[in-house]
Amino acid sequence: MFININLLAIILGIFIFIIIIELVRRRKLREEYSWLWLLTGSGIIILAVFYDLLLDITALIGAENPTSTLFFFSTIFLILLCLQFSVQISKHTDQVRKLAQELTILKTVLNRRKNNIE
Amino acid sequence: MCSNTLIIIPSYNEGNSILKVITSIRNYYSDIDIVVIDDGSTDDTAIISNKAGAVVLSHPFNIGYGASLQTGYKYAVYNKYNFLIQIDGDGQHDIKGIGDLIRNLKEGSYDVILGSRFLGKDHYKLSIFRLFGIKLFRLFIYLLTKQKISDPTTGFQAMNKKVLKIYTKDFFPSDYPDADVIILLSKLDINIKEIPVVMYPNREGKSMHKNPITVLYYLFKMILSICVTLIRKD
Repeated sequence: MFININLLAIILGIFIFIIIIELVRRRKLREEYSWLWLLTGSGIIILAVFYDLLLDITALIGAENPTSTLFFFSTIFLILLCLQFSVQISKHTDQVRKLAQELTILKTVLNRRKNNIE
Repeated sequence: MCSNTLIIIPSYNEGNSILKVITSIRNYYSDIDIVVIDDGSTDDTAIISNKAGAVVLSHPFNIGYGASLQTGYKYAVYNKYNFLIQIDGDGQHDIKGIGDLIRNLKEGSYDVILGSRFLGKDHYKLSIFRLFGIKLFRLFIYLLTKQKISDPTTGFQAMNKKVLKIYTKDFFPSDYPDADVIILLSKLDINIKEIPVVMYPNREGKSMHKNPITVLYYLFKMILSICVTLIRKD
């Protein structure tokens, strides 16, 4: 059982790595959004290969068992991912607003010139 | 448009140096058109550039060095320029190098001429991190293309129409187009030559790679970009 879970975790980590690299290769994912996923994939592989490291981290954070540690870090990962997206969405909201305003003004200037109002 | 050659100057808050750069270019090369790409500057870069007689393309907000360069490339293709030189707006690049870049490009044997600060007699001292990055990318480029490029991060270069059309495609990086783009050009059988140019340190000490986080991200992004460039089919 123990060996199967470890193997499953290694396969999952490698799978995440391959998926992310493939998405970047196909230009469906930009490099700047891939680092957190690649870091997570690496983390999964490392903890699966070095189980003692997972036990040490579990003791360090005062968790009851390694499963709690993994859930804890999964939650941290999801929080960081959501935070990254929130920051980017905020930036893009501002940028879309600016683009919409500039486009509106350009269209108006163009139409007025066409209609010879000025 | 009064020539078949265009100089593009991507700029972000270069109000203190852009006038000197433009007037120096005008003094030496009066027959070359100049375009400044103002990447959402918060100072008077655009106003100064306009008054100095350059065409100014102003982004509504900051979108990155690579994206600014691409705006320049697209402008050049739209206006049917045959040759393009890119130079930084901070005065780091010695203007006289433009003549050498154009001369080598117009000879016709090469599609891209890179200006290397390392091929000349002496060059200013780079930070240890910057030097490490450059050496790492030199190694990548050599291992993957068998070409020795001494300055893979140079922003002082010249290119012909063929390369301009490649650079206007969507894949062109919007942040740091460096070693990954050189490797891509090599894959596409583009002929690259390096020549010595003179570069000075940034007088204000500004750099795109200012703090450890941006340096780390830059290294990560370049290595990932190089790896996927190798496995891409297009």
